[in-house]
Amino acid sequence: MSIRDRMSGNEAIATAMRQINPDVFAMFPITPSTEIPQYFAQYVADGKVDTEFICVESEHSSMSACIGAEAAGARAVTATSSAGLSFMNEMLFVAASARLPIVLAVANRALTGPININHDYSDSMAERDSGFIQIYSENNQEAYDNYLQAHRIGETADVRLPVMICEDGFITSHALENIELESDEDVKAFVGEYHPEEYLLKAENPLAVGPYGVSNYYMEARVAQAEAMKNAKRAILDVAADFEKTFGRKYGFFEEYRMDDAKMAIVIMGSSAGTAKAAVDELREAGKKVGLIKVRVFRPFPGEELAEALKNVKAVAVMDKSEGFSANGGPLFAETASACINMEQRPKMINIVYGLGGRDFTVDHTRRVFAHLEKIIETGEIGPTYIHLGQRDDRKEVL
Amino acid sequence: MNIMEIRWHGRGGQGAKTASLLLADAAFMAGKFVQSFPEYGPERSGAPITAYNRISDERCTIHSNIYEPDYVVVVDETLLESVDVTAGLKEEGGIVINSAKSAAELRPLLHGYQGKVYTVDAGTISRKHLGDYFPNTPMLAAIVAISGCVEQEAFMKDMEEAYTHKFANKPQVVKGNLDCLVEAMQAVRE
Repeated sequence: MSIRDRMSGNEAIATAMRQINPDVFAMFPITPSTEIPQYFAQYVADGKVDTEFICVESEHSSMSACIGAEAAGARAVTATSSAGLSFMNEMLFVAASARLPIVLAVANRALTGPININHDYSDSMAERDSGFIQIYSENNQEAYDNYLQAHRIGETADVRLPVMICEDGFITSHALENIELESDEDVKAFVGEYHPEEYLLKAENPLAVGPYGVSNYYMEARVAQAEAMKNAKRAILDVAADFEKTFGRKYGFFEEYRMDDAKMAIVIMGSSAGTAKAAVDELREAGKKVGLIKVRVFRPFPGEELAEALKNVKAVAVMDKSEGFSANGGPLFAETASACINMEQRPKMINIVYGLGGRDFTVDHTRRVFAHLEKIIETGEIGPTYIHLGQRDDRKEVL
Repeated sequence: MNIMEIRWHGRGGQGAKTASLLLADAAFMAGKFVQSFPEYGPERSGAPITAYNRISDERCTIHSNIYEPDYVVVVDETLLESVDVTAGLKEEGGIVINSAKSAAELRPLLHGYQGKVYTVDAGTISRKHLGDYFPNTPMLAAIVAISGCVEQEAFMKDMEEAYTHKFANKPQVVKGNLDCLVEAMQAVRE
């Protein structure tokens, strides 16, 4: 039986951590994720968890401490944002290649510069090739639910990869909203205990972690890691199916919102998807065949499934809340476009970069995007494919 | 879906964000779906800040700022000179301002806003019951009174619980806060 409550995304994630009671939390604070270790420190002080709570001197060290703990056979977690995630960069690759299923909560925040504390995905998108599984959340409920699923996904025997659970900085992390929590007992039963088959401190079969890989072997390790990421797709769906059976809330690689018979669609992530849904509802009422796909899992990228979901659509706008500086569109666009490349009939596809550094994204922005897609279908002319939406100067706006 | 949207204008340190959280809490206790979120920037004491509430019977998925609020709360009267507090404010809604002045005196500062204007002297009420300037508590009561977003009796009951919990270490201030709420609800005028 769910418990009706209200809290911010940060408190929701900290609550999930408390219920899971991990062995180690290595913490270093950074806005807007700071509240997560702050809440957790209170749980430690109140004796609600028996986690080893380590205050380290940097994010490079917090991830390093997690790596050490997880390699020793413990369940280790941490949280960060923005520059903190960048500072972990080296160790993220170590964690993933050593196949250590650490769970890292990220309250997404723009990277410098100019220096900014507000939301976009430039921090986690910069780590998309680190080997972490990446799961994104629309609101506090999804941040909580995704976190409850994270350990089981990462710890799956043929996966063994670290997991990033992302929530939108401030928009989700600091907004108080209603939430359905699950009881401590039900969460513990769902997540289970962590008993890795091999680990550093296993006396009867001690293991080396992170050795040098000469050219004769390095590639095999990387291929095995790539296979693990492919296996993660099945693990994500399996855990989601059990989550739905246990708690009643349904998750997949992405959410298809009013996509039946849709001729125009936007592909989008996070809290913006919620805002855009309001525009989809409004346009559907006006008889427009519009839909939305909210990408929840970015790594592994569900390319085949996404292409299938878009096959009957005539025009698609892929919405990137980070600027990749590729001069060819943002990261979600690159992935979505490449996923569709071998389709018999492809939708026309444009990229819209929006909401950088917390620039507000509104229902009206979504209306403008769909109006533009409608024009593309009517005229058959795709026009510019790499567009920035929501700039201060209206004269610079394409839509 | 019927959503009541409220925008708070205050200065850093005056508790507009806290008041917005308490309002969401009271509406949550009354069975509503709520959102409470501040607009964050470089935080410094005295700088203009904005906070928001959405209150609805179903979950609201919109996560943008609020541009066409039903109600506006101004916690600091001096903001009327620098911030367009009635921007987008619905005419059928209203604005409540912390001021010792009358609504008629303040209306000329509101860029031609035609809807209802209310005032409450939150400073005086706060000093009387709390001995210091905590304008957010009376302003919270004022917005509940004028918007009807939460039934007043249920609101007072929830606030008593909230303050008892919040001030567990200094229970002597609970009564002052509750008295603030009661007086502000009665004192707010058009």
